[in-house]
Parts: sequence; structure tokens; C-alpha cells
Amino acid sequence: MAVKAMKNKTSTFKGINLNPLFSFLGLDKHGPKDFWFVLFMKSVAIFTIASLTLFIVLMVLHSFPAIEEFGLNFITSKKWNPVQDRFGALAFIYGTSLTSFLAVLIAAPLSVGVALFINEICSDKWGKFLSIFVEMIAAIPSIVFGLWALFYLAPFVKDSLAPFLKTYLGFLPIFKGPSFGIGILTASLILAVMIIPTIASISREVFRSVPTIQKEAALALGATRAEMMYMAIFKPSFSGVMGAIVLGLGRALGETMAVAMVIGNSAKISASLFSPGATMASIIANEYAEADSDLHLASMIYIGLILFMITLIVNALSRIIVWNFNRKKGMKK
Amino acid sequence: MYYLYRKFKNILFLAFLISCAFIVLSPLFMVSQYVFMKGASSLNWDFFTALPKPVGEVGGGMVHAILGTLYMVSIGGILAIPLGIISGIYLSEFSRGALANVLRYSIDMMTGVPSIVVGIFAYLVIVVPFKSFSAVAGGVALAIIILPIVARSTEEILKLVPNHIREAGLALGLPRWKVIIYILLKGSRSGIITGVILAISRAAGETAPLLFTAFGSMYISFKPNEPMASLPVQIYNYAISPYTDWQRQAWAGSFLLIVMVLGVNLGVRFYLNRQEFYKFFKRKKN
Repeated sequence: MAVKAMKNKTSTFKGINLNPLFSFLGLDKHGPKDFWFVLFMKSVAIFTIASLTLFIVLMVLHSFPAIEEFGLNFITSKKWNPVQDRFGALAFIYGTSLTSFLAVLIAAPLSVGVALFINEICSDKWGKFLSIFVEMIAAIPSIVFGLWALFYLAPFVKDSLAPFLKTYLGFLPIFKGPSFGIGILTASLILAVMIIPTIASISREVFRSVPTIQKEAALALGATRAEMMYMAIFKPSFSGVMGAIVLGLGRALGETMAVAMVIGNSAKISASLFSPGATMASIIANEYAEADSDLHLASMIYIGLILFMITLIVNALSRIIVWNFNRKKGMKK
Repeated sequence: MYYLYRKFKNILFLAFLISCAFIVLSPLFMVSQYVFMKGASSLNWDFFTALPKPVGEVGGGMVHAILGTLYMVSIGGILAIPLGIISGIYLSEFSRGALANVLRYSIDMMTGVPSIVVGIFAYLVIVVPFKSFSAVAGGVALAIIILPIVARSTEEILKLVPNHIREAGLALGLPRWKVIIYILLKGSRSGIITGVILAISRAAGETAPLLFTAFGSMYISFKPNEPMASLPVQIYNYAISPYTDWQRQAWAGSFLLIVMVLGVNLGVRFYLNRQEFYKFFKRKKN
């Protein structure tokens, strides 16, 4: 009983007309020899989509006890107390936003600088060589970065960077208080290191799309190299660079292990960057396996859901920015 | 005067760019130097062959974690590589239509999911119904990491194949599936394999998805329904422990991990750009 899906021919299976189903699946657009192949490909595609949908549905379902109990107050309450079963995510949302923001603040100028350096100053040969090294940073597992940050960066922050900042900028509330090495500042630094390759490689792509004529025109008008880079490269591709930075932000938001190892994991909000904090990802990494009450677990899945939504929005935003940039570029030509 | 000022600014800017490059690259060198120094000195034969000793005793190794990582990465690979390659083919060859668009969005979404959330996914799908941390759950989590990378790279590679090659095959009367399998896949085999290798090396270094799916253990086990140790999780547990000997082993573990990941990455790059590497080390002829 072979099912044949020829055009203008009714396919039946046990007397049921299958043609509407096939046309719904788009199977009638292909030749009869490809019927099984296309069916197979489509079912795999549907399986992939369905499994992602299943994940999201399961997450919503399992976080439901927490959603029911705390509702949207979850986002605005900073109380995180597993003993009393009271949970609020504000401290973690604050920690995630602060560390990611600082990381982007540190990483963005450096990445743009290194992208310009590789594209404009290095010879072709050395540029390729350097870019391999920059991309190597992205390949290092985050646990190794965490280990390094814990044993090298944290002591460095405690002994050198924090006293330095305190002496010269100590009047600012963000640099007050004792530093134990482990804290928001250290986490931001290691995050910055980890997102640099993302921002740098996309910025490089964006800068490469600037036509050479434009650069030569700037130089011919008497611009110095620095002015040329600013006027002819950086300014026209600014929105593309923004897209790269937002994508880097998306990376920073979801980064878990390196941050969990050096942030100190305390669910407190304090103005000082030296104080320990916690991010959404780090609290899940630390407490998930040990959660004993159902509400605790549900709250953590709720946090995961919020994190998922935020990264989704940020990634979509970066995509829209880059897409707009490409479209504008296309229109100019 | 103004000219001098501009020139000065130019030099200042170039200096800024050079220092950017130095600052960006210094963590890479510091991390690798630190890990190589501390890791290589703590590597010994026991590390590869022995199980962990009880708390407080010096010595022991991570053989269970190394085997566990291999085991779970294999599970993840077996689940994700076929799905990823097929999804990639679908995105590249059937790129029009609603299904392809939805699939593309789903893959994009999966790429952006934080690794800890991937862990929650696998936990909810496998650990909750079976009521136990298990190697399968870890494998599923790694599969979710591998799938989008493989799909993306396969799509990119297949898009590089010029259209007239597909048309030539179809013009000879081959059905679509033969064109795809015997011409496209065969021709871009090495590119696809490269994507798969990179995805696997990425998954082997992931910690967050395994923390509460495979959880970790102190024994060699090959049972898919039991908790299983993995190299990254073992490194994490040892690193945050107060025992110096465990911290030493964490360094050895990261050394192994970094050698593997960087080795695979550099190897693949070298293989893909053989010509350029030779050119780099050759003198310019004029």
C-alpha cells in the first residue's frame, strides 16, 4: 500500500483522502521520487521545532507554582529566603544587569579598538594571525576562565586594583567598602574578557563592509589616519557596531560558570562594586541541585524563564539592529 | 599649530589601538600560561588512571570524569549531529516557506539560550520524569548545545555550493534527495565535519548544563540512568573546594580541557587554511 503523492491524483490511506494534509505540509510541491525524502526532512524539522516548544512549555509549567505564588512581585521583591520559602528575583536581576553593563562598558571600546587595529593597521598577514588569537578567547571553556579568575584575577583585584581605585576614586559610592577580591567587579572583568571576541569579530565584519573608496576619499581630503577611521569607518557603521555590542550583551547576560565562581553569591543589593552579589545564572548554578522545597525549585525555574526571555529579547534586538544596518547599506548602493 | 595637534591626536589614537590589542590578548596569554604552568606540573599518570581518593588523602585522579565526559558527549553527539545536519540541509535547500522560517527562528533561539537554561530544559525533560540525575539527561543537555551549532555551520557550508551544481544534478534527472546526498553532502563533507568537531569541542567544555542533569559522581559508571561525573563539573567542584590537592587536580583538569579545546580549534583552522599557513611562514617573493 504505497502512498503516492502525485499531483491531480488522490492519495488515500485506508480510505482517508490524504491530499489536504499533503498540501498543508507542502509535500505536493515536490516530485514523486522525493516524497519520502521531503516527508522525512519535514518531520525532522518539525521535531526540532516541537522539542524547543516543549522545553519552553515545560519551563512555564514547572515555574507555575512560583508564578502563582508571587506573580509579578517576584521581579520587584529582593527577598530571597529559602528557609522561609519567600522568593524574589530583584537582587539577581540587578546583579545580572550590573555585571553585564559593566562588562559591555569595558569590552566595547577594547573590541572596537582591536577590530580597527586588525582591519586597518595590521598587514593582511598579521591581521589574520591576530584575529585567530582573538577568536581563540571564545574557544576557552568558561570553567577555565572561572578557575583563572578565582585564583589569579580575584587576588589581583583585592591587592592591586581595589586599593588603587579606592585611593583615587574612593569618594564615589561604587568604590566604597572593603574588597575581598570576590565580587561584582571581578565578575564584570572576567565577563568583559569573555565577550570581547564576540563584539570584535562582528565589528570587524561590519568595518570590512565599508568601501575602500570611502576610506581613500577621507585620506585624500587630508584626514589623518585616526580621523579617517572615525569619519569613514566608525561613523557610517555605528549602528552595526551597536548591534555587535548588543549581541555581546546577550552573551554576558547568560554567562554562568565563570561568574558563579567569582561573584560571591550573596542575594544582596549594595552600591559598592567590591561587594559580593549574585546573578540570575549564578544563583541557578549554585542552588538548583540543592533545592529542597518545590517552591524553591519553581522560583529558580521562574528565574531561568526570565533570563531566557531577556536573552531572547536582547538577541532579537541585536538582530534587528544589524538587519537594519544591512538594509540601509543596501539602499545606499 | 592645529596641524601638529591633529598629528598628535593621530599618534595618540594609534597608540590606543595598539594598547587595545595588547589588553585584549593579554588575558588569553595569561590564562594559557597560568593553566599550562599550574596544570602541566600537576599532571601525572594517576590523573588519567586513578579514581578520586577520599577527602583529605592526597592523590587520586579523574579517570571517571574523563570517561564520563566522553560518554555524555557521545550521547549528545548521537542525538544532535543527525538532527543538526538535517536541519542545516533543510534551512539551506528548502529555505523558502513557513516551516523553514520557523525552523530558522528556533535554531537562532537555541543558539542564544544561556547554557544554564539549557540545563533546566534537560532537567525538566529527563530528570523530572525519571526522578534521578542521569547521564542521559547530561547527554540531552549537550545535544541542545551541539544542535544549533551544527545546523548553522551546515547551512553556511551548503550555501557556499554554487546553484548551478544543484541544477546540473537535477538536469541529469536525479531526484532531489540524490542531489543532496551524493553531490552536496559529499562535496562539502570536510566543511560539515569541521562544524561538527567544533560543536563537540564546545560541548565538551560546558559545565552549566551538566551541573544538575548529570550531577557528578566519584565512580566509573556506564549506566545511562545514573549520575555521571564529567571533567568540567569535576573541575568546578574541586576548584571551589578548600583542599589544596583538589585544587591542584582542578588545574590539571583545566589543562587537559584547554589543550583539547585549543588543540582542536587550532587544528581545524590549520587544516582549513593550510595554504595560508604555508604562505605565512614563507618569505614574500617579489
